[in-house]
Amino acid sequence: MECDVDGIKAKAEIMRSDIIEMTTSAGSGHPGGSLSAADFVAALYFNVMRHDPANPGWEDRDRFVLSKGHVAPVLYAALAESGYFPKEELATLRKLGSRLQGHPVRGKLPGVEMSTGSLGQGLSMACGIALAGKKDGKDYKTYCMLGDGELQSGQNWEAAMFASQFELGNLIAVVDRNRLQITGCTEETMSLEPLAEKWRSFGWNVIIIDGHNVKQILDACRKAGESKRNPVVIIMNTIKGKGVSFMEGNADFHGKVCNREEYSRATEELRKAIR
Amino acid sequence: MTGYKRIAQRNYYGKALVDIAADRSDVFVLDADLAGSTKTSEFLKVARDRFVECGIAEQNMIGVAAGLAASGKTVFASTFAIFATGRCWEQIRLAVAYPGLNVKIVATHSGISVGEDGASHQALEDIALMRALPNMTVISPADAYEAYRAVVAAAEWDGPVYIRMGRSEFPCVTEEDDIFVIGKAKVLRKGSDVTFIATGQMVSGCLEAAAKLEAEGISAEVVNMSTIKPLDRDTVLRSAEKTGCVVTAEEHSIIGGLGSAVAELLSEELPVPVKRIGTGDIFGESGSPDELFVKYNLTADDLAAAAKTVISRKESETE
Repeated sequence: MECDVDGIKAKAEIMRSDIIEMTTSAGSGHPGGSLSAADFVAALYFNVMRHDPANPGWEDRDRFVLSKGHVAPVLYAALAESGYFPKEELATLRKLGSRLQGHPVRGKLPGVEMSTGSLGQGLSMACGIALAGKKDGKDYKTYCMLGDGELQSGQNWEAAMFASQFELGNLIAVVDRNRLQITGCTEETMSLEPLAEKWRSFGWNVIIIDGHNVKQILDACRKAGESKRNPVVIIMNTIKGKGVSFMEGNADFHGKVCNREEYSRATEELRKAIR
Repeated sequence: MTGYKRIAQRNYYGKALVDIAADRSDVFVLDADLAGSTKTSEFLKVARDRFVECGIAEQNMIGVAAGLAASGKTVFASTFAIFATGRCWEQIRLAVAYPGLNVKIVATHSGISVGEDGASHQALEDIALMRALPNMTVISPADAYEAYRAVVAAAEWDGPVYIRMGRSEFPCVTEEDDIFVIGKAKVLRKGSDVTFIATGQMVSGCLEAAAKLEAEGISAEVVNMSTIKPLDRDTVLRSAEKTGCVVTAEEHSIIGGLGSAVAELLSEELPVPVKRIGTGDIFGESGSPDELFVKYNLTADDLAAAAKTVISRKESETE
């Protein structure tokens, strides 16, 4: 199922379309941050990660922890597109009895590694998974996607210290630096800069990329995978709402979904992109 | 209380971990800069590469524990009770309890008998906090021997467990070779006039109170409720039906702990007079454990007086 750069781009556009479909149908959810993360998540599931949808519990699989759990739609889209569950099930997002809960739940849906949604916790969980892999002599990698606003939570920095102390070179964090959180700009809400320096001072290797450039994503993941002792963070600059013109850079779409008219415009734009 | 050997529960926690370490290579132990006090340092001595020092970062410790457990490990995570349950309650809720992972939170230094350190370090709310979480099993052993057995049982148990231990030396009221089953209470003394349902070191206080009452011609039953969740409903109902009145006893707030659990059950199934002994809606303070037990009305005399209160309420209701 390994895709090349063009194949990944195509998958990302399909996932974007799925994200708009499922959040609109649900009537709630977080499309903005799902769209900004789509290219990276597509690259993980369709090229970078070693995984087997037919065997989600495979001991040697690479792990993906979605710390910014509110962008569950991008994870669900990638899992469905990979074949972990039927795509029709995407329409059940956030509905009573669905395995696609508003935020990801471990044990409910194949492919979901950890329960997340309360921000600030995923990197700690990823540290535990990476530590287990190291202790067991396994060569799997653990990827953890963090929101930028999420980094205002102190537990991330406890985890950052831990990863460095235990030399978790098998841990790769990725920060979706779309610069917007629910209130507005991250720098006005609670400034994160200088962000790269913060991570470096905690003992991490830092790679900065354009999170919508698939080639840069693949290069960054390959480089990150070569680290032996230092944990690596990929800070990817992204655009919230990427792929839908009126959602791009618009904090309103952090936690708001399309109305009927917006949905028509969004699907039209994404249809063109997929073609 | 006289006649009983006194041992700190945490010493037997360390001992249990060492015994478990030998044949359970899946067991990891995490601590937050308090290994010398919680006695997880004993595990470190025998299984250094499965001991994880997390530093003073309890929230991260719980997340790491969850990640390890999701990777097939059985994880013991320890610190003082107030930090273990209070500082990282929501981490326990999301990362451990919700997915039902194999993380055993073993907290020492619970209760007012922490003593001189004062209110900041005296967890009087930890049972309430843990009991409110779905999927969480809550154990408060009566003494060091039972603490050992609870730790061994927790290692075998599938799912999250909270075990509460004290700091100081508690009288050993159980036998070293007793059998311990999670969810099963034990009647330590049979009686017919009143039932004490106690947990932690208050079990020894209730035994002492029962002896005092016997001298006055009152027959008190003493139940050691070492598992608070799931509560052994049958034992509570059977004893309450026999005696017709109940005193609960815990070194914890009367809000949300054992007393609440018993009162919830009895009010729905078998309403009999109940008196809850524990700390009230109040913080503790510095002092020696003995002084604090007197000031906060947790002594055997307080328990005996409570027994007489519920007996007289029972009698006035049957008149």
